[in-house]
Amino acid sequence: MDIKDRTAIVGIGQTRFGKGLPESELSLACQAISAALDDAGIAPREVDGLVMFSMENGREVEIARNLGLGAITYFGEVGYGGGAGCATVGHAAMAVATGQCRVAVAWRARKRSAKTSRPWANVGSRVSGSAQWTRPFGLLRPVDEIAMLTRRYMYEYGATRDHLANVALACRKHANRNPNATFYDRPLTREQYMSARWISEPLCLYDNCLETDGALAVVVTSAERARDAKQPPVYIHAFAQSIPPQCQPMTNYFCDDPLRGPAWDCARLLWSKSDFRPEDVRVAQIYDAFTPLILLSLEGYGFCKRGEAGPFTEGGALEWPDGRLPINTSGGGLSEAYVHGFNLILEGVRQMRGTSTCPVADSPCCLVTSGEGVPTSALLLRRAV
Amino acid sequence: MSEQWLLPDIEDADSAPFWEAAARGELVAQVCASCGRRRMPPRPMCPQCRSLEHRWETLSGRGTIWSFVTAHPPLLPAYEAVAPYNVIVVATREDPAVRFVGNLVESPEAPFYRTNLALLQIGAPVRVVFQEVCGVYLPRWMLETSERS
Repeated sequence: MDIKDRTAIVGIGQTRFGKGLPESELSLACQAISAALDDAGIAPREVDGLVMFSMENGREVEIARNLGLGAITYFGEVGYGGGAGCATVGHAAMAVATGQCRVAVAWRARKRSAKTSRPWANVGSRVSGSAQWTRPFGLLRPVDEIAMLTRRYMYEYGATRDHLANVALACRKHANRNPNATFYDRPLTREQYMSARWISEPLCLYDNCLETDGALAVVVTSAERARDAKQPPVYIHAFAQSIPPQCQPMTNYFCDDPLRGPAWDCARLLWSKSDFRPEDVRVAQIYDAFTPLILLSLEGYGFCKRGEAGPFTEGGALEWPDGRLPINTSGGGLSEAYVHGFNLILEGVRQMRGTSTCPVADSPCCLVTSGEGVPTSALLLRRAV
Repeated sequence: MSEQWLLPDIEDADSAPFWEAAARGELVAQVCASCGRRRMPPRPMCPQCRSLEHRWETLSGRGTIWSFVTAHPPLLPAYEAVAPYNVIVVATREDPAVRFVGNLVESPEAPFYRTNLALLQIGAPVRVVFQEVCGVYLPRWMLETSERS
């Protein structure tokens, strides 16, 4: 059975973004889901499916009680942090398509702006598991883990800091058009990028995503039911997940080919399930916790050949409106908000509805990806015709 | 300050023999007793033949720098106090896919955070040294020089 175009996203909702928001994560989740249901014109009692990140603090029973949901007949969760976003929507689509539920909600709520809430700060003095091979040597943060791959990538393929800057500047330009973006009124220049302080060389401050409090949600239902919804349906055209062989999340240095990340296998399945090819895609929302993840993903998802992502970013290729592939058209994790990549999904929906603040009119579909470097997932969303 | 370093759990069932060997000054890797495939990090099962039997092979302790970073704040307090410092990944001479995360040091006793960062270079040949931190012996790496020990 194929789920191609059998389900659609009919509602999206989000809270404001900020640092140190007073509400709890549960409250933020409820607000985002409530807004998404209103957007869809669907009553809470019609919701019978819930899918969330495994790292979510507000559990299914609390979500259902607070929102006054009906009987839930499908619930599930997806792990590995930033790799989970598209998968929560994909699982919702599979559950609806196979009749396990009729209206499913997927969401992400997160409060991470306090320094003490960062997971790398909450480790004991003795570390076990895969961390024992990295943390004692001072490889502490996700940025250090990705910087190690980036240095090797630059060495092998001649990619430069200018290529990374192309990513950061494209996202910032798009955020500067989005009033909801954290950096809406803060332009970024190449000079500022090049003179920024290091975080983990070769990555500087502007290679890192924001840390944002907020929540977002989407409502998924069948293509038939979607025809009666308030909003034009955005079809879930294709969905894929991947844990590649010998994957070690974030510190994938121990396999035969560390620069071939989870995106590659995810992309292979995604395109095999799709009517579209990479050359048909004119807009994409690509997971950007760090700028080099965009380069690795452009290769993994087939927009260019291996090692060619650096030059691919040149000449404004990633920028709206004239670039070959405008990415992260709301500003992405780098400049809109970092809510574990879930904001990329909502921007994909807005692109297909035609309501983005950087609207790309001629793309029949929008690629949305989740975290590269961890077990990952991706969606291909299709415009209603 | 040293009590604030993060240290490996040396009683971890899969990796304890590695840390025991490190205390003896030996760099070892797990090898499948059935098919001979090396694996890193240590684990219960061979991904090639699913054997649960393994042995530990002593490596030459030589390799090349596969990649490196220089970490700057914000960091955990002990590490922030000595930043910027280097972290490297070393590909071993025996098997370039058997890699270790470590640090480049300038002598067997020199602190990893005092290394001249200009010495870091992908492809540079290195050899292992072991440095004791609170009873744990951590593998770190020195550049190979012409006067080989």
